[in-house]
Amino acid sequence: MADIALARPAAAASTTGSAWSRLRTSRGWLGFWFMLPAAAILLLFLAYPLAKGIWLSLTDTRIGRGGNFVGIENYEWLWDDSVFWLSVFNTLVYTGFASVAKFGIGLYLALLLNKRLPFKALIRSIVLIPFVVPTVLSALAFWWIFDSQFSIISWSLRHLGLLDHNIDFLGDPTMARICVTFANIWRGVPFIAITLLAGLQTVSPSLYEAATIDGATPWQNFRHITLPLLTPIIAVVMTFSVLFTFTDFQLIWAMTRGGPVNATHLMATLSYQRGILSGNLGEGAAIATAMVPFLIFAIGISWFGLQNRKWQTG
Amino acid sequence: MAATTTAHTPDDSEGMAYLDTLPKRVVTVYLPLFVILVVLLFPFYWMALTAIKPDDQLIDMETYNPFWVVSPTLKHITKLLFQTNYPLWLWNTMMISVAATVLSLFASVLAAYAIVRIRYKGAVAVGAAIFLAYLVPPSILFIPLATIIQAYGLYDSPFALVLVYPTILIPFSTWLLMGYFKTIPYELEECALIDGASRWQILVKIILPLAVPGLISAGIFSLTLCWNEFIYALTFLSSTQNKTVPVAVVSEFVDGDIYRWGSLMAGALVGSLPLVILYSFFVEHYVSAMTGAVKE
Repeated sequence: MADIALARPAAAASTTGSAWSRLRTSRGWLGFWFMLPAAAILLLFLAYPLAKGIWLSLTDTRIGRGGNFVGIENYEWLWDDSVFWLSVFNTLVYTGFASVAKFGIGLYLALLLNKRLPFKALIRSIVLIPFVVPTVLSALAFWWIFDSQFSIISWSLRHLGLLDHNIDFLGDPTMARICVTFANIWRGVPFIAITLLAGLQTVSPSLYEAATIDGATPWQNFRHITLPLLTPIIAVVMTFSVLFTFTDFQLIWAMTRGGPVNATHLMATLSYQRGILSGNLGEGAAIATAMVPFLIFAIGISWFGLQNRKWQTG
Repeated sequence: MAATTTAHTPDDSEGMAYLDTLPKRVVTVYLPLFVILVVLLFPFYWMALTAIKPDDQLIDMETYNPFWVVSPTLKHITKLLFQTNYPLWLWNTMMISVAATVLSLFASVLAAYAIVRIRYKGAVAVGAAIFLAYLVPPSILFIPLATIIQAYGLYDSPFALVLVYPTILIPFSTWLLMGYFKTIPYELEECALIDGASRWQILVKIILPLAVPGLISAGIFSLTLCWNEFIYALTFLSSTQNKTVPVAVVSEFVDGDIYRWGSLMAGALVGSLPLVILYSFFVEHYVSAMTGAVKE
């Protein structure tokens, strides 16, 4: 800023190399001014908190009270904490099952939507609605569907004669895990299906025609044409899916808040509970930071997926 | 849903579909598709049905068939709109979403233009860094951000969210707009530069009018992301009148009352509808935003 104040416009008019004209026209400075708003926001509210989170995890900060540096005490504490390990286990199981199911159903739905259909555009826009509606609000609908007393699923099963009592969907640990995983799959499938569909639409139908003339079965068509051409998009989509399933918070918070007996606590919900609700910012930050290695691992896999593509295209 | 009929994607995926017979198509395509659509839409049907059901029918599942409603009522919805702070929460959500979207579009347009067209030293690395920022989830940032918000004196203020949401939106919008800007021919800019236009004039008068579809896509997608955001809003806002719809519905309506379901589902329905209506007008833009950001 001082540079601008010092450089007089009059001087700029006479000498082309003055500071003011450099600031206005030089490529580097121009780029700097254009990048400023985005960079300021991202550095201030993304990069800085990221670093601060790691620092907080090394302190015993509580809400309303500054903390002291305690080294890796928070992590040592977590290492011996069975609830923390339960949340890690839950997160891995939740992410694993949900991602595999989302990928399978999403790819299947994408293949279905890629066929010749009446009202294709309309169906596609309907499919995406679960992704558009705020997650918390649809999670509340699931909460009501999985109610212990008035669940419509229990009612239907009882009236079909398959069951003689209500299922305690969100009260039983295993059942609760299945329910939240189902809700996550329900919410994630549209995103995966529609993005994979966009990828499928770029595959030329003549490839299939040529392969079929050469005697390829539908499975061979899928295995040797569709899948290889779709791999780069699958890599990116699944990275996003794994990333956001792993760090999921709102679905769990709206449906179970981590209960029953911590059976559905994910690392993000545990971090909120310990960090914000109990006020142990340091410990909460440590749980959040513990997610980072997993995220880097997921991004690494996607990166290798993309590298593959470069290698394939030569 | 009227907008969807204007979809003009060329249907060249027909391929060899004519080889399949109708019964085979029914079993392999229509039936599975129907089942998936029913599962995807059932929660919304259930939400809407519950929102207009009288209380006695909600808890008495034996006299009435629960899949339908006899003598529907608007009681839950009117109660929501006239006896709670719901209109205020809707207004908060809308204002925060619009402000955050405008702010991040402004920042993203400048950043994307600089990366693609000014190509200053290190532009490629900055582009990659912005993509990485896309991969940082809010769940690992909310605790340190809460302390930072507190330190800036923005706690319990909507401005905190207006400033923080762009961290989710800017990486995505910048990446999307970079793709749009790349498709605009250089020659247009060269002509303007020769005629003496500044970079700013080129951006405002040439690039932006050509990138309107990209701006709409980024804007619509950003709006829905803001509306959907939960963990920051839950952490940074505390007083009832400042809350956004998702947070307010979860924290204000959830009590032990057996009759709460009607108003809870009405809250969820009314909170979703504006977004679904907006989406139905801009389906194509929304889809291109979603797929474009992934494909780049």
